[in-house]
Amino acid sequence: MPSTFQQTLDTPTYKGTVNINTGLFINGKFVDPVKGGSIDVYNPATGKLLTSVAAGSKEDVDIAVAAAKQAYKTSWGLKVPGTQRGKLLNKLADLIERDLDEFAALESLNTGKPFAVSKRFDIGATVSTIRYYAGFADKIQGKTIETSELKLAYTRHEPYGVVGQIVPWNYPLSMVSWKIGPALATGNTIVLKPSELTPLTAQKLAAVIVEAGFPPGVVNIVNGYGSTVGQTIAEHPLIQKVAFTGSTATGRRIQEASAKSNLKAVTLELGGRSPNIIFDDADLEQAIKWASMGIFPNAGQTCSAGSRILVQEGIYDAFVEKFSAAAKALGGAAGDPFSASTQHGPQVSQTQMERVLGYLDLAKKEGATIHVGGERHGEQGYFIQPTVFSGTNAMRSIREEIFGPVASLIKFKTEEEAIEIANDTEYGLAAAVFTENNARAIRVAHALEAGSLFINNYNTIENGMPFGGYKQSGHGRELGEYALQTYTQVKAVHINLGMRL
Amino acid sequence: MSSTFTKVFDTPVFKGKISFPTGLYIGGEFVKGEKGTTIDVINPTNGELITKVDEALDADIDKAVKAAQKAFDTTWGLNASGAQRAALLNKLGLLMDKYHDELAAIEALDNGKTFGWAKGTDTAFAIQTIKYYAGWADKISGQVIETDENKLCYTRHEPMGVVGQIVPWNFPLLLLSWKIGPALATGNCIVLKPSEFTPLTAIRMCSIIEEAGFPKGVVNIVTGYGPTAGAALSSHMNVEKIAFTGSTLVGRKVMEAASKSNLKAVTLELGGKSPSIIYDDCDLEQAVNWASHGIFWNHGQACCAGSRIFVQAGIYDEFLARFVARAKNIKVGDPFAEDIDQGPQVSQQQYDRIMSYIASGKEQGATGYFIQPTVFTGTTPDMKIVQEEIFGPVGVVIKFTDQDDVIKQANDTIYGLASSVFTQDINRALETAHKLKAGTAWINCHNQLHANVPFGGFKQSGIGRELGEYALHNYTNTKAVHVNLGHKM
Repeated sequence: MPSTFQQTLDTPTYKGTVNINTGLFINGKFVDPVKGGSIDVYNPATGKLLTSVAAGSKEDVDIAVAAAKQAYKTSWGLKVPGTQRGKLLNKLADLIERDLDEFAALESLNTGKPFAVSKRFDIGATVSTIRYYAGFADKIQGKTIETSELKLAYTRHEPYGVVGQIVPWNYPLSMVSWKIGPALATGNTIVLKPSELTPLTAQKLAAVIVEAGFPPGVVNIVNGYGSTVGQTIAEHPLIQKVAFTGSTATGRRIQEASAKSNLKAVTLELGGRSPNIIFDDADLEQAIKWASMGIFPNAGQTCSAGSRILVQEGIYDAFVEKFSAAAKALGGAAGDPFSASTQHGPQVSQTQMERVLGYLDLAKKEGATIHVGGERHGEQGYFIQPTVFSGTNAMRSIREEIFGPVASLIKFKTEEEAIEIANDTEYGLAAAVFTENNARAIRVAHALEAGSLFINNYNTIENGMPFGGYKQSGHGRELGEYALQTYTQVKAVHINLGMRL
Repeated sequence: MSSTFTKVFDTPVFKGKISFPTGLYIGGEFVKGEKGTTIDVINPTNGELITKVDEALDADIDKAVKAAQKAFDTTWGLNASGAQRAALLNKLGLLMDKYHDELAAIEALDNGKTFGWAKGTDTAFAIQTIKYYAGWADKISGQVIETDENKLCYTRHEPMGVVGQIVPWNFPLLLLSWKIGPALATGNCIVLKPSEFTPLTAIRMCSIIEEAGFPKGVVNIVTGYGPTAGAALSSHMNVEKIAFTGSTLVGRKVMEAASKSNLKAVTLELGGKSPSIIYDDCDLEQAVNWASHGIFWNHGQACCAGSRIFVQAGIYDEFLARFVARAKNIKVGDPFAEDIDQGPQVSQQQYDRIMSYIASGKEQGATGYFIQPTVFTGTTPDMKIVQEEIFGPVGVVIKFTDQDDVIKQANDTIYGLASSVFTQDINRALETAHKLKAGTAWINCHNQLHANVPFGGFKQSGIGRELGEYALHNYTNTKAVHVNLGHKM
């Protein structure tokens, strides 16, 4: 019998209990893993152990896939009309909303995000994304295509069947919603692996999935390591499609595993080193605020973070001064996620913190200029000071993804130079342009090799707008109507109405 | 100042007390008409008065349009995001769930359809329609169109502003949902005129719309007569679009009024005389059942009724025998009694009209506005009962032999709303369906509607499509935006 994790919190922002089952969620029930095994889960704000959650292995994935396949054949897929799928998704959104605070508390405990942020952005966004896809469930439309009157030719957009989904630790619950929303709306069944670092909200989600009335086996949540559960999903012969969000390095392994197994369709949401280009004629005050929003929230642990800030020489000094001051002020608001005044949280784990610190050392060695920050913050938990350093696009500390609250500044002269530096990267997830000159803004945006372009703003993600990468930031799109394509296969049907041989 | 309509139901199928405010619902308030006149709402089951409702005339229509425009400029239109509009429509759907039985009872009382149909079809489908359009509200997208790299060209699908909607009496609540769903999802404000015969569910919806939290003036519901209120709405200079469901005769008047005033966009859902074509190789039992549903559903008061039933010679006698037997089995009676399939026609007027059509064939005895399901045979194509829309439970069965000939006969009508084809041969089914000039072709079924599949007429059955994604086009204006990124003069 799997155990539960329960904790009562009495904090300025949350008073109440959090309560989850720590078993694997397979075929509508919480179960122990076949081989036993669990993974410790830590509170990154304190470094202390929270609990441990079951860890699956290949055998558990096999059981989950079998359950998902059975559900697809009998109680989901196209057996259930879109209207009904939409209804269940709406119910799920309602239940998450009902338990909003508890979900937010779990997320903050597990990731260190300030409670207000977990509540409004992570969990709030989860609810709205699921609702968005609930509305699409009965709007999956193919086309009829005119060929000749001797034929009825049309397309169906059919679900794959069982899809595998691997979700990262930076926005645990919200990333689950980006995955399960479109997958369920289009009629697929799911085997999902949360990050073993941050499984708590996924465990609670499993309970409300049951409460919402999804048939058993439609959604299965199998916690575990990438090298076991993740690998099994990626190479499973009965999974028709895998969607992965995480590092580019792991993304390669997923694609390789697919190539070596059943050539399952793969979509990848990977890393980034996104350029934020700020021209002389930008509204400087606003540019600084947005640039800060582009890199520091979530302790910089955002794939689309504007982590390379290209500043035109005319405003460079003013920008450096004011931006550094903003970063410093943010550092002063680091602390306990449940304190109302906290604005800056820790990195998610010891490993991540050490990785970021390693890049800071490298930056220093490469001759970058540190304007503010550059060190660990405090002794407890995995906090890093919001950091601003400047250098050139040739430096490794500027080319590689740091995934921390670290902004790299690059000075540029001309528009052409900015575009060239911006595109000189293997990544292509997002980019931004700040200027009051409209024509330039759009022209530059169109020239940048990135999947999301922000003009005079940063990272204002919308449920209706697609999100995804160019180049090694990934392929395929999440969110918007585009995500439906990610989870459907096109069948072209040709009906002969009179052609004779 | 509003009045209240209260009624206690104590019937075999529904027991309960209903009580709701009535009046013209303008700018979020229930008000009397400026002239203070009222309209009698009659119960078609017994010809008695149910209640009186306030009547809207010219001045009231004008007031409603002003309230709608104000809301459009401030709290609705693109001032409310798609997500907000979605949330309100979803809330409306949930509240209609809550008041499901009540709405069905009011509909059965007012229209005469049985409580069972009103609950299981009308209200259920209305709720589904509202929920369907809630899902579209945050998914209104235009296109970005590649021209050259010195330009950004894209389209916006903007709400039109104040739209006028005129709803008929045959499916009062359901057709109200078909109208307000897409109009609200796309951000328009509404002035809606229910039928003066059946205004009660529309009036009940006003307080539900308010309870859902729609800002004042977004939906305005004003009961009135066609020649006064309907005409005023169709010719109002500030109404950007009129959507009308009703007879072809009145549809012309609406279009004329639009053309003489501000050339407002017009969509029309009009009459029909839809053919059901039944081939020798059909599943006979199923064909009989569907054909019966095709004509007798809603007492024949459906625009898409399969009212001309073409039966191939080989199965004609067998079909007719079974079809007539089935028609005879339809139980006509009190909408609130148990085990009744069919209630009265909606009004004295309709009753008289249908009976006069029947008088040109064979006469039937009747009580109240009740009419027995009627079947005619031995007709010729030029007969009134074959060409004109009867809108009652009166089916015409016509024998045919040849496929090309029956398609010709089926298309020989000014109408083009729907059609159905019964056969087991897929080629014949699709070929026939593709050749029929109608907005809906049903194959081996009839009267099957879904919130997400478009519905509308060819020819004089109408203009435009309701339901599905297509309905969104009726309520948006396309703006093409060309942003110059570098072309120099």
